[in-house]
Amino acid sequence: MPNTEYYNDHVVRLFLLASAVWGIVGMLIGMYAAAELAWPGLNLDIPWMTFSRVRPDHTFGVIFAFGGSALMGTCYYVVQRTGHTRLAWGKLAELTFWGWQLACILSMATLPFGITQNKEYAEPEWFIDILIAVVWVSFGAVFFATLARRRIRHIYVANWYYGAFIIAVGLLHIVNNIAVPVSLTKSYPVYSGVVDAMVQWWYGHNAVAFFLTAGFLGMMYYFVPRQAQQPLWSYRFSIVNFWALISMYMWAGSHHLMYTALPDWVQSVGMAFSLVLLMPSWGSAANGLFTFNGSWHRLRDDPAAKFMVIALVFYAASTFEGSMMAIKTVNSLSHYTDWTVAHVHSGSLGWVAMITIGSLYAMAPRALGRPAMHSRRGMELHFWLHVSGTLFYVVAMWVAGVTEGIMWRATGPDGALSYPFIDSLLAIRPLYIARWFGGFLIWLGMWVMAWNLWYTAADARKKIILPIPVPIPEPDSHQTPAPLPAAT
Amino acid sequence: MAYRHFEFIEKHAWLLGILTAVMVSIGGLAEITPLFIMAQEVKPPEHVRPYDPLRLAGRDIYVREGCYLCHSQMIRALRFETQRYGSFSTADESVYDRPFQWGSKRTGPDLARAGGKYSDEWQHAHLMDPRSVVPESNMPGYPWLARAPIDADDIAARMRVLRRLGDPYTDADIASAAAALEGKTEMDALIAYLQGLGIANEPQATAGETP
Repeated sequence: MPNTEYYNDHVVRLFLLASAVWGIVGMLIGMYAAAELAWPGLNLDIPWMTFSRVRPDHTFGVIFAFGGSALMGTCYYVVQRTGHTRLAWGKLAELTFWGWQLACILSMATLPFGITQNKEYAEPEWFIDILIAVVWVSFGAVFFATLARRRIRHIYVANWYYGAFIIAVGLLHIVNNIAVPVSLTKSYPVYSGVVDAMVQWWYGHNAVAFFLTAGFLGMMYYFVPRQAQQPLWSYRFSIVNFWALISMYMWAGSHHLMYTALPDWVQSVGMAFSLVLLMPSWGSAANGLFTFNGSWHRLRDDPAAKFMVIALVFYAASTFEGSMMAIKTVNSLSHYTDWTVAHVHSGSLGWVAMITIGSLYAMAPRALGRPAMHSRRGMELHFWLHVSGTLFYVVAMWVAGVTEGIMWRATGPDGALSYPFIDSLLAIRPLYIARWFGGFLIWLGMWVMAWNLWYTAADARKKIILPIPVPIPEPDSHQTPAPLPAAT
Repeated sequence: MAYRHFEFIEKHAWLLGILTAVMVSIGGLAEITPLFIMAQEVKPPEHVRPYDPLRLAGRDIYVREGCYLCHSQMIRALRFETQRYGSFSTADESVYDRPFQWGSKRTGPDLARAGGKYSDEWQHAHLMDPRSVVPESNMPGYPWLARAPIDADDIAARMRVLRRLGDPYTDADIASAAAALEGKTEMDALIAYLQGLGIANEPQATAGETP
C-alpha cells in the first residue's frame, strides 16, 4: 500500500537544536555562578552579573530552556512513533517551538535585571508567565490531538508520563503564579506568608516531580526499550508505578518546610508521603534497568545505552536520598546546606541530563536521517566527561553540606555554639572550587555533544534528507481513527 | 482491579487525561485548602503593621536583588537555631510578606532577626563591599544601591495593589508614601528593611517599637 503520510520531524529537529544550545548556555551560567561563590571578586560589582541575579538564570536556563526543549522535542517524536501517526496541527506545533524559545529568551534576558517574582523556579514575571501558559496549553493541545488520531488503540506508557507532565505542570504553573501586577516589571502574589510558602513548595517540589521526573520518565519508557532493543521488563509494573507516582508526589512538597512555621501536621504528612514515594520511584528505575536484562552487552558498544543505564542508577540513588532527606531528623541537618544542592544536582545532572543526552543520542540519527551519530568516540568522551564531572560536583557538595550541617549544630561542653557562621563558609571554600571544576567538565561534555550533533546533522543542513513515512498498521475493525485511504 | 479496567483507561486518551488530573489534584488540595482556611482565621497581632513605605521599598529591593537565594528568613524550631539566631519564626510574622522570604539555602546566615544587630553604618559598609568588614565573606557587593534614588511615583501604586490583596493600608498611608521616600536611595530603603527584620514584625515585640 503506497504511503501518504510522513512523520513531522521538522519540529523535533528544531527542539533538538534548541536543547543543545540552551544546555551550553544554561550550564555556562551555572559555572559562572559557581565560580562567583568560590571567588567573589567575579561579581565585579556589576548588577546583572551578581550571583543573586545570575542564579535564577542558571536554574531557568537548564530546567526550562534545556530540559523543556528536550522534553517537548522528544514528546513530539515519541507520540508520533508510538501512535503511528503524524503530529496533529503541525503549524501550532511549530508555534509552540517559537513561543517556548521566546519565553526562554525573555526570561533569561529579564531575570538578571531584577525583573523577578522571586519564587524559586518560577521567577519570571507575570507577562512571561502568561506567555508560558499559552504555549503550554498549545503544547497540550498538540499532544492530545495527536493521541486522538493515533492508529494504535493502546496508548503506550511513555505517553501517560508525557500527558501527566503536561497536565500537572500546567496546573502548577497557573496556580503558583497568580499575582496582581503593579507595572510591567513588578507584581505581588495573591498569597502571602505561610500560604505562599506552601503553594510555592507545592509548585517547587512538583516542578521536580512532573517536569524533571514524569517528563523524563516518558523519555525513559520509550528510549530505553528502544536502545535495549527489547520490550519493557514489566508492562504491568509500569501501571502500578505510574498511578502511585503521580498521586503521591503531590503530597510531598511540604518536606521543603520542615521545622518551619508551617503547621506540624502538614510537615508530617509530607514526610510520610516522601517515604512512600520511594517505592514507585524505585519501581520505575528497576523497570528501566531490568529492561536491559539479556542485552547488557550493548553497554560495551553503545554509549547512548550507557548514558541511560547510569541515568537510571542516579535516578534510584537520588530518589532514595530525597526520601531520606525528607525524614525530619535528617532534614534538620541537611536543610539550608549544600547537601540540598548536591541532591538536586545528582538528580538533575545524573538523572535528568543523562537520560536526556542518552535519548538525544538515540533520537538524533533517526530524526536527522543518518544511520548513527557522527562520532562514537565523541559520545564516549562525552560520557566520561559527564560522569566524572557529576561525581566531582555531587561529592564536593555532599561533603560541604554535611560539614555545614554539623558545624552549625556543634556545641561545646558548656552548651554554647562551637563555630561562628563564617567558619562553616571557610571550611567549604575548597569544595566550592571542586564543584566549579566538576561543572566545567560537564560543560566541556556539552560542547562535545554539540559538535557531534552538528556533524550528524550534515545532511539535514543540506536539506537532502527524506521524511520518514508513517508505518500504517493492518486495518482492524475497531481501529480509531479509520485507516487512511490508499493513494490512487 | 482487574487489568481490563486499566486497559480501558489506556485505550481512551480523554479518560486517561481526566484521571491523571484528578490524581494529581488530590494531594495539593488536601494540604493547601486547610492552610487557606487557617489563613483567614490567623490575624496578625494588633501591633504588627504592614510595611511602612520606606521598608516596603527596601523589601522590594531585597526581592529584586534575590537575597533569598543565600539568606533564609526562617529560624527553625531547633535548639541550635534559636541559640544562633534568636527565637524561632512564627507564621504570623510573615503575614505581610508577598512573596514569602523563608528561603531554602544559607550561603550566608539567617536574617529573620537580623534587625538591630549591627549599626546602619556597618550595614552600609557591608553592602557596599562585604569584605571590607568581613574579610572571609563571599557575598557580592551591591554598591549601585547607594547611587540609585528610589522611584517615589511607584510606591503608591504598589501600596494600592497590596491593599487590594488585603493589607490594611489607609488612604492617608498611601497619600503620604511618596513624601516618605523623598531624597532616599535604594540603599537607605534596604537598610531600613534589614534593620526592621525581627523587630518591627515580631509579635513578641512591644507595641512602642513598631513604627
